[in-house]
Amino acid sequence: MIQFIQNLGRNTCISFNKLGRSTYFLLQTMSGMFSVLGRPRLLLNQMYSVGVLSFLIITISGLFVGMVLGLQGFYTLSDFGAEETLGVMVAASLVRELGPVVSALLFAGRAGSALTAEIGLMKATEQLSGMEMMAVDPIKRIITPRFLAGLISMPILAALFSAVGIIGGQMIGCGLLGVDEGAYWSQMQANIDFQDDIINGVIKSIVFGFVTSWIALFEGYDAIPTSEGVSRATTRTVVNSAFSILGLDFILTALMFGDN
Amino acid sequence: MDNSVSSQDSLVSVRNLSFSRGNQKIFDNISLDFQRGKITAIMGPSGTGKTTLLKLIGGQLFPDKGTITVDGQNVHNLRRTELYNLRKRLGMLFQSGALLTDMNVFDNVAFPLREHTHLPESMIRTLVLMKLQAVGLRGARKLMPNELSGGMSRRVALARAIALDPMMILYDEPFTGQDPISMGVLVHLIKSLNSTLGLTSIIVSHDVHDTSAIADYIYVLSGGKIVGEGTPKEIQESDSEWVQQFMTGAADGPVHFHYPAKDYVDDLMSSGKRY
Repeated sequence: MIQFIQNLGRNTCISFNKLGRSTYFLLQTMSGMFSVLGRPRLLLNQMYSVGVLSFLIITISGLFVGMVLGLQGFYTLSDFGAEETLGVMVAASLVRELGPVVSALLFAGRAGSALTAEIGLMKATEQLSGMEMMAVDPIKRIITPRFLAGLISMPILAALFSAVGIIGGQMIGCGLLGVDEGAYWSQMQANIDFQDDIINGVIKSIVFGFVTSWIALFEGYDAIPTSEGVSRATTRTVVNSAFSILGLDFILTALMFGDN
Repeated sequence: MDNSVSSQDSLVSVRNLSFSRGNQKIFDNISLDFQRGKITAIMGPSGTGKTTLLKLIGGQLFPDKGTITVDGQNVHNLRRTELYNLRKRLGMLFQSGALLTDMNVFDNVAFPLREHTHLPESMIRTLVLMKLQAVGLRGARKLMPNELSGGMSRRVALARAIALDPMMILYDEPFTGQDPISMGVLVHLIKSLNSTLGLTSIIVSHDVHDTSAIADYIYVLSGGKIVGEGTPKEIQESDSEWVQQFMTGAADGPVHFHYPAKDYVDDLMSSGKRY
């Protein structure tokens, strides 16, 4: 029993310690934003590696998710003779939920893990210490541009995921299963609300981009500088990001759509 | 060189330094001085905190007790901006080279110039080529760090360390893992750069022969204390058993071959335990 209480106390202290360090790290990261905005090339380079290089996985995944939605939606809706509303179903599912959530999960797996491994290896190979000794702040030079790039890229990738998914749904629904193309698009246009659906989806994706980038960069910066340490940090990034994304999605959905 | 090192003509002065990591005491009330324009070596067995001392001098670690002054400034009392201004006047050569792996040789050497000066690119090019020429790697400017040998990486790192014309360079194990030719090149470079650029150099090393050949003064550390100091000749002739063990490479002595452990026979006989 005493052992259990000791372990509980120790783990609680470790958790709070890590929370404190990660919050301090976030504040340091955000304090460097103005200096990064003055050096747009740094930001653009990172947007390329974080955002543009995630383009393919997001596009292909979005297409398949949209195609599956088209297929499943058609079979369910046709039981009620409501297959004309397939466009609304596909678009609402994607814009409100699947777009931000699935693209954030993919982003964490593709870009988040890469960021953690990159920063962790920079630490292990003394590149970050080397920068400090050259009087260059590694937070401002390395971390903040990557954080901003993740924050900006995530909503764009989520929008891309939703757009491609809607096209995928249309390809299956209209092209294969015979739903009227005019109904598909006009129902969508009439029922998808800009504020309730699109803006809320964008807010979600910004929050997910913020949290995922924060977790990925902190885990890399905080990694034990060994091959095993970097490997564990990379795993923690994917696991913690997935939990955070899904947990925050529930909270945000409850806040945004709870009173409808 | 005068055998005694006074604090008045020293660029770096360490006073009553104590530093611990967890329960392990790395330094126990030590004082050292590093004279301007000289090459001072810090030697000692692995794990005695030689690299830690460089990190303390560079302000990357904080001592538990004591002071470190560099060019009259107490490193650990400086604000962040002041510390960064001081670091611009220091160069550090890491054991691994610590080159930025996403940049080629040219950009690595240009990095501190681009970060800290507003020089035009044409001027930066000239300066970088001059630094690379000094280390003999002007022709390797387009290579990426993963295309360099260990010795070349350290020479590039050395070119980067002198990019801002520092007053002092800290070398962390510059000779470790080098073949004889690379070793000879590095020894020659450190010596010639120190004299031609008027630098002050601190070399952390456990390579007795090559470090003794270029150092003006040597400190030997062991067990958190200074166990010997003096010119290379004085160190060679020292009657301290700590120094002699280190200089002759004896497997056992004051620094034990075995890590502290319980009795060997008892250990072998205690069955049922995994470790």
